[in-house]
Amino acid sequence: MSPLATALFGLAVLAGAVGLAAILTWFERRLLGVWQDRYGPNRLGPLGILQVVADMLKLLTKHDWVPPFADRVVFVFAPTAIVVAMLLGFAVVPFGEHLYLLDLNIGLLFFLGMTSLAVYSVLLGGLASNNKYALLGGLRSAAQMVSYEVFMGLSLMGVVMLTGSFSLRDIVLAQQDLWFCIPQVLGLYVFLVAGIAESHRLPFDLPEAEHELTAGFHTEYGGMKFAMFMLGEYLGLILICCMITTVFFGGWLGPWLPGPVWFALKTSLLICFFVLLRAAIPRPRYDQLMSLGWKYMLPLSLFNLVLTGAIALWLRGA
Amino acid sequence: MLKSLRSQLTTLWTILSHTFTRAETVQYPEQKPYLAPRYRGRIVLTRDPDGDERCVACNLCAVACPVDCIALQQDVREDGRWYPEFFRINFSRCILCGMCEEACPTNAIQLTPDFEMCEYDRNNMVYEKEHLLIDGPGKYPDYNFYRVSGLAISGKDKGEAQRELPPIDVKSLLP
Amino acid sequence: MLALFYFAAAIALIATAMALTRANAAHGLIYLIVSLLAVAVVFFLLGAPFAAALEIVIYAGAIMVLFVFVIMMLNLGRSADEEERELLAPRYWLVPGVLAACLLVELAVISFAAPGHSAGIVVSPKAVGLSLYGPYVLAVEIASLLLLAGLVGAYHVGRRFIDRSGGNKS
Repeated sequence: MSPLATALFGLAVLAGAVGLAAILTWFERRLLGVWQDRYGPNRLGPLGILQVVADMLKLLTKHDWVPPFADRVVFVFAPTAIVVAMLLGFAVVPFGEHLYLLDLNIGLLFFLGMTSLAVYSVLLGGLASNNKYALLGGLRSAAQMVSYEVFMGLSLMGVVMLTGSFSLRDIVLAQQDLWFCIPQVLGLYVFLVAGIAESHRLPFDLPEAEHELTAGFHTEYGGMKFAMFMLGEYLGLILICCMITTVFFGGWLGPWLPGPVWFALKTSLLICFFVLLRAAIPRPRYDQLMSLGWKYMLPLSLFNLVLTGAIALWLRGA
Repeated sequence: MLKSLRSQLTTLWTILSHTFTRAETVQYPEQKPYLAPRYRGRIVLTRDPDGDERCVACNLCAVACPVDCIALQQDVREDGRWYPEFFRINFSRCILCGMCEEACPTNAIQLTPDFEMCEYDRNNMVYEKEHLLIDGPGKYPDYNFYRVSGLAISGKDKGEAQRELPPIDVKSLLP
Repeated sequence: MLALFYFAAAIALIATAMALTRANAAHGLIYLIVSLLAVAVVFFLLGAPFAAALEIVIYAGAIMVLFVFVIMMLNLGRSADEEERELLAPRYWLVPGVLAACLLVELAVISFAAPGHSAGIVVSPKAVGLSLYGPYVLAVEIASLLLLAGLVGAYHVGRRFIDRSGGNKS
């Protein structure tokens, strides 16, 4: 692609991701409504989709307030980090065979790095707020992210072993015959759980846990700064779903339809699944979360790694 | 571990099966919910079957009110009937508990199945007697306090009320 | 490419200097994170994308998170800032600073004297892995032993603490 086309495509990806995240705020509420036998926002516009616009107007016109006891610079900087990191993560997602921004040979590691940088937003937001609830939320998120990042990376290494490359494009191309969700079903399971924890979505939303910590790390945030946190969370959700599609469900591969359509279909189904998890699964206690991570998920991912290595070696020997 | 995994999968399946159930929501402004006749909503003051005010300004409702939203002042008319000079309910305080209705000895104060009392100005939530008083007898169409009470008013002397014997003259020796 | 390199390097230097001189620990850590990210960019430009990615994932993404975690636990107030500011007086940093400057000069002399430094070769993740488990396998094993020892030691310390406080085993 020419530089101009690349720039335009990059802008399109940016706008698409942010727009999708905005629509997702409405879509998620509607879908939760379907599963909880109610309607969700259905007043503004057809099916209530203009609720997105109303919410945005409300957030934009709210008082942009920084509490006097907060660490001003860090407080303002914190919400931007998650949005920037998550948007950067979209750079390496291959949407189609020839539809991608960057084909880094470390694409998978780049994604892991960007999701781990997104943690700072939560951490620094909690620290700078100078509020005990926010601090507790930040502390929880720090512990949660650090422990779940470990096996989030490890769960992907089985796929890397089978492919022999960190490039996401190569990973998709290696799934021509069989999607990795079958040989790497353990890896998929661990990555799914870690992905929810990483994007701190509902079953694992302990950093914000509104029943115990009012709103966790964004207790002191309002207006556009709060909106940035929400935007980052939804961007993270989309990014994780894109990643699962790419790594485990064959990315753009599929019969009859063009590649990007397949990619969009698989990603939206995964997003629906994440919403279903939110609708169905209750939040675990904090120590349960930690023991699940270290006592079950980490051994499971290590077992998966050893098993994959053994089978790969055996296949090569045979 | 496996047991909890199974329970989680069951949960997911149960929630997923709710995709095909109907929403329970009542679309309120277009679709009114059914309110029972004895629903506790906006408070009214009712009248006798004759058309006179039922309220005798006994202040029991004001005493029973847990949030002190009722204020009234008693006065006596020339025919001997008691009546409230003013009767004021502050609906921005009222919690629609129905204590006043239970306390009322004359069935004057009654709660109605109406709760749509939105105002932009908070002062409009203070209802005076002319706003509260309705023209009908409410839930007790035949009840008339002065017809059953022993109090003498003009046109009805002692002993003339329903199921009331004439008063006994204690100073007389006749049996 | 060269301009990008110098830009990233300048950011790394400035951020490091700021990280050293901040009195507020949290601000210092943020500058340190920026410095690590800049170093990652430098690695990338030098043709070591794998090292760059690991720099972000491990240093910026995990270790610094733990640092921030500790800062949050310490509950530093304004008095801690004052204390730090006192420690930044010249008499504390003058001698180490001069020594470090000597080392820097030495490093510069060596690197300019050594002929033919080419930074054009891109090292792929595969090459890193092959060299780690080929010629350097002994070093990898020793490092893993060290980590294992650290793990066992941490478990030992933690277990004693749990036993003394009574219960709390789940």
